[in-house]
Order: sequence, then C-alpha cells, then structure tokens
Amino acid sequence: MRTTTGEAKVAERTSLRKSFTVAAPREIAFRVFTEKMTSWWPLATHHIGKANAVAAIVEPRVGGRWYERGEDGSETPWGRVLAWEPPARVLLAWQITADWQCDPDFVTEVEAVFTATGPSTTRVDFEHRNLDRFGARAAEILAGFDSDGGWNGLLQAFARAAAAEA
Amino acid sequence: MLDALGEPTRRLVFERLAGRALPVGEIAGGLPVSRPAVSQHLKVLKDAGLVLYEARGTRRIYRANPAALEALRSYLDRFWDRALAGFAVEAEREARRQARKERERS
Repeated sequence: MRTTTGEAKVAERTSLRKSFTVAAPREIAFRVFTEKMTSWWPLATHHIGKANAVAAIVEPRVGGRWYERGEDGSETPWGRVLAWEPPARVLLAWQITADWQCDPDFVTEVEAVFTATGPSTTRVDFEHRNLDRFGARAAEILAGFDSDGGWNGLLQAFARAAAAEA
Repeated sequence: MLDALGEPTRRLVFERLAGRALPVGEIAGGLPVSRPAVSQHLKVLKDAGLVLYEARGTRRIYRANPAALEALRSYLDRFWDRALAGFAVEAEREARRQARKERERS
C-alpha cells in the first residue's frame, strides 16, 4: 500500500528543494530571477550551445521559450515557461536531458516561489523536481538509442555510480 | 523493436521504480504494453546500471539503483547551490540600486 509518507519520500529523492531569503522586495527578486537571468546564471560553465553563451532568456509569458543566446547570435533552447505569475511564482520546464540535449518530449520542472517576508525581504522557495526522469533517459542513451556517442557531465556521473554499484 | 515501443514507455517503467521496489507484474499493470515488453525495458535499464533486482522465490523484485539517482541529484544540487547564490547576490545588488534611485528622486 502506498502511503502519503511513502509518496513524500519519493518526492524527497526525486526533487531538490532550496529555501532562502534575499534582502530585496519580491518584485525585484522575481524580475532578477526571470528577466535578468543572464546576470546570475553561470553561463561560462553551464551552457549547451556550440557558441559561447552571452545571455539566458526567459520569455515573460506562459508558453514562452527559455533559451540561451550564443555570441554568434545562435539560440539554443533549454525549455519553456509553464506558469507565469509575477511577482509570486514562475514554473519552468527544464528540457535538457542528461546528455545535454534539449528534447521537447522531456520535461522536468523548475519552480521558484517568491514570498514577501517584509517590505524589502523575500523568501525564495525553489524546487527542481521529476529528477527520476533523467535516469530513464540516460538509460536510453547508454543502451545506444538516440546516442550521439558523446558522454559527458551527468551521464558520466551516472556511469560512475553504476560502476561503483556493480 | 525496442525503439518502436517508444522511449516514453521505458521512462514510465523507470519512474514507477523511483523510491519503491516492485515485481514485473505490478510495474506492467496499467501500462499499454505487454509484460514481456516491460521485461525488455527492465533489462535495458538494468544493463545501464539504473535498476537493480533481487530474487524472491520465483519472482524478481526491481528497484531504482539509488546510487545512480544520487549521483544525478548531487550534481544538480551543487549546480543550483552555485547558481542560486549568484541569483541572491544579483537580487540584492538590484534592490540596492533601486533604493538609491528612489532616494535620489525624493
């Protein structure tokens, strides 16, 4: 029998949660998180396009695109906007798989909820969930489906963990 | 063929095993594919190191390999810690900039 506690435990293992407070009004926190993502995203090390990335862009509407822009003007998709509720909440679909490809059929959810705790302080409740979906996709790649032969990043982490277990 | 069966099915099979152990019959229940097809998906997942099984009598009980999930989780954990720390710095910098502007205006 599945219990509520059991479900909660599953969620614990398949999602990441981070809560923290910033000294900023929630309108500003929301705007920096979305409109000014380029200012804080570690683009130098975390981009998937061929060109060096110069911007991380979240289009401000439901169904909007979430993508990086390269220095050569190219655009590489990361996902899309599932919910747009400024300044309270944004829900993004992270569609980058474990082999660093964007796949429109692959969705994990990234949510940020902004709660004012004072006139100029905001609590941010962040969650990246459905992480189990990466595993199934990694299995396909490891098994040779959709494989481009490149193993890197998350996939290597998987392979190492699997090897350690064997 | 496996890929004709569709990757989404294999994804579903794996998702059913997140956080709980199940025999093939229960994994297959409710899925729009045959039990042998589910077994084939499980074999792919097992070969990839993503699921483990133990024999209980004549049955095999499958579960997600916690080490594989944990490796992914800790990778993303480190990534988001770093990214969100950057976000907090920027949000606070922007708040100070706005406050300064308002003071200058008044």
